[in-house]
Amino acid sequence: MSDSREQILGRVRDALAPLTRRAPLPDWDETLAIRRGSRGAIDLWTLFAERLKSVNGTPLTAAADLLALLEAGGWRHGYCDPALWPRLREAFPAGFTVETEFDRRRLDDYQFGITAATGAIAETGTLILSDRDTSCRLGALAPWVHVAVLRPEQIFPDLPAAIASLPRDPNVIWVTGPSKTADVEGILIEGVHGPGREIALLLPS
Amino acid sequence: MARQRIDELVAAMPADRRAAVYAGTKTTHEKRTLLLADHFTDPDQLRRWAGEIKQHVLENLDTYLPQVEAKLRANGAQVHWAATGDEACAAVLRIMQARGATKMVKAKTMVSEEIGLAAYLEQRGIEALETDLGEFIVQIDHDHPSHIVRPIIHKNRAEIARSFEREGLGAYNDDPETITRRARQYLRHKYLAADVGLTGANFVSAESGRLVVVTNEGNSRFSLAAPTCHIALVGIEKLVPRDRDLALFLNLLARSATAQALTVYTEFISGPKLATQPDGPEEMHVIFVDNGRTEVLAGDCREILRCIRCGACLNVCPVYRQASGHAYRSVYPGPLGAVLSPLLAGGHFAEKADLPKASSLCGACNEVCPVNIPIPDLLLRLRDRAKREHAPAAAAGTPPMGAWAVLASRPAIWKAALVAGRILNWLPLGLIPVPAVRAWAARRTLPAWQGGEFRRWLKHRSRS
Repeated sequence: MSDSREQILGRVRDALAPLTRRAPLPDWDETLAIRRGSRGAIDLWTLFAERLKSVNGTPLTAAADLLALLEAGGWRHGYCDPALWPRLREAFPAGFTVETEFDRRRLDDYQFGITAATGAIAETGTLILSDRDTSCRLGALAPWVHVAVLRPEQIFPDLPAAIASLPRDPNVIWVTGPSKTADVEGILIEGVHGPGREIALLLPS
Repeated sequence: MARQRIDELVAAMPADRRAAVYAGTKTTHEKRTLLLADHFTDPDQLRRWAGEIKQHVLENLDTYLPQVEAKLRANGAQVHWAATGDEACAAVLRIMQARGATKMVKAKTMVSEEIGLAAYLEQRGIEALETDLGEFIVQIDHDHPSHIVRPIIHKNRAEIARSFEREGLGAYNDDPETITRRARQYLRHKYLAADVGLTGANFVSAESGRLVVVTNEGNSRFSLAAPTCHIALVGIEKLVPRDRDLALFLNLLARSATAQALTVYTEFISGPKLATQPDGPEEMHVIFVDNGRTEVLAGDCREILRCIRCGACLNVCPVYRQASGHAYRSVYPGPLGAVLSPLLAGGHFAEKADLPKASSLCGACNEVCPVNIPIPDLLLRLRDRAKREHAPAAAAGTPPMGAWAVLASRPAIWKAALVAGRILNWLPLGLIPVPAVRAWAARRTLPAWQGGEFRRWLKHRSRS
C-alpha cells in the first residue's frame, strides 16, 4: 500500500515537473456566488421559510401547527430527541406515541422524527444537522416526517456564511427539502430513502 | 470503409429510447440555463473561477495530496492509495475482510463503476448493493448506467415495472411513485443489515480534510447512518484547496447537474462519528485512486481532470442526445467521456480512439461546463493523437484524403471541380452503389451545391 502511495505521488511529481509556471489560485468574489435577493434580507426566517417552501419543505412557527399537521397526516407514532421532549410534551395530546429512544429494529414503526437543528441557511432553505446536535442520525432520516427544531439566531444568510462557520464536527449534513428522485422518466417523486416531509419548526430559545 | 462503432450502436437503438433521452436531456439543460441566469448576475464568471481553482489544484497535487492525507489522518480516518483499479478493489476487500464484513451498501460513485467494484466483490462472496434508485435498477437488470447523473435515462417505467416484478418486489405496477416506495421499503432493511457503507466524494477540502458527498435521495446518508464502517473511494483529482471554495462548487454542481439551487443532502464528513452519536461509522477509510489519472496529468489534456461529473455536457450535446450513453462503450459517456475514456484506457487508447470523433465540435459542452473545460480543444488533440498513432478505430468512416490533397493544392483543378460539383445537385445519392455513400445519404440530405459563388462574389466586389 505504501508502495502505491510512493508510486502515485512520484508520478504526480514527474507529471508536474515540466511545468514552468503553475496555475495560481484565483481570489474569487463570494458575493457574486450568492443567489440574487439573498443578502440584505430584513428577516432571515422569512427568507428561509420562502426558500424552504420552494423546495417543498414546510416552515412552522408553533408546536400547535406541527400537531395539526401530524394529525392531518395520521402520523401518530414517532421519535423525539430526549433533550427536546420536555419542551414539546405539552403540545402532544393523548393518542400520540412518542419515544425518546430510537430502536432501529422497529424502524418502520416511526412515522415522524423530531431532532435539533444546528442551524439553517436562508439562501437555499437548508437545514444544518450535525453529530453534536442530532440525537440520532436514523431518527432524523428513516421516518416519513422529519422535524428539525430551529432557533432564530441559528440562521445563516447564505452558503458562504454557512461554510465559514461549518461546525467542528465529524459529520455535518445540509438538508434542503424532502428526499427526492427523478430517476424514473424524469418524474419528481419525494421520499425516496429519506423523509417525504421535511419540516423546520422555529422555537425561541 | 467501415462505419464508426458509435454509428452502428445508434442505428440499433429503438426510436422510443432515443426520444426519451432527447427529451430528458433537453429539459434538464434548459432548466439549468434559466436557473443560472435567474440566480446570478454573472454565471460565466463563476464557471471561469471554478475552472481556475481546479486547474490550480491539479497543477499543485504534489502539495495538496500529502496535505489532505495528513488532515484526514488527524481527523481519525485511515488513508489508502490505489495505483490501479484492481488495487482499489483489493483495498476495499481487505478492509472488509479485516472486519469480517460480508455486506455492503453502495451510494452512487462513478469511480466504483470505473473499477468494476460491485462485480469484483460479488465474485468474492460479498453482497454489494446499489442504493441509488437508478443504480439499483441498473444492478438488478445487469445493465450499465447510460448517464453519469441519471443512470436509467434510457429506461421507461414499463421496463422498470417488469424488472421489479421479476425480482419479487411486487406485482406489475408502472406508477413511478409505487416503484419508488417499493425500493424504499426493500432498501431500508438492507442498510440496517449492511456492515459497510461505500460512497465516493464529490469534493475533498485539502484545508480541512472534509469529504463532501451530495445526493438527492438520501441514500448516502442512510449508508452512513446504519453501517458501522465507511469506505470512500476518491479519485486523486477531487480536491479543492479550501473549505470556502466549496460554496462556489456546490452552487455550480447542483445547478449544472439537475437544475437545483442545492442538492437535497450535502454531507460534510471529516471522520468517524462522534462518540455520543448512536448511529454511523466507527471506522472511516479513504482510498485515493489513480487508475490512469497521473498519466492524464502528465499529458496535454490534463484540463479534463477538472471535471466534477455534473453531466451538463451530456445534456447539451447534440451527439449524446441522439446516441445516448451506451453508444460510448465506456463508463463516462458524452463529451467528457469522449475525452476521458480514451485517456483512462491507457495502453488500450486505440480501442477508444474513435470517441473524440463523436462530436460536431459545436462547443456547447465548453459553454455549459461548470469548470470551463475546453472540451472541443481536447477532442482535437485526441483526434490528432489517434491519427498519428494510426488507430484503425479512428479511421473508420473517414474517406481517404489523397484525392482531396491533389484537388486542394492545384488551383486550376480546384476551380474546375467547383463548377463540376454542380452535378451533385442532380445525382440521386441514395442510388449510388457505394455502401458508404448510401449509408450517409440514408440519414442526411445535402444542401444545394453553390461551388464558385463566393469567388464570383469576391471578384465582383473587388471591381466595384
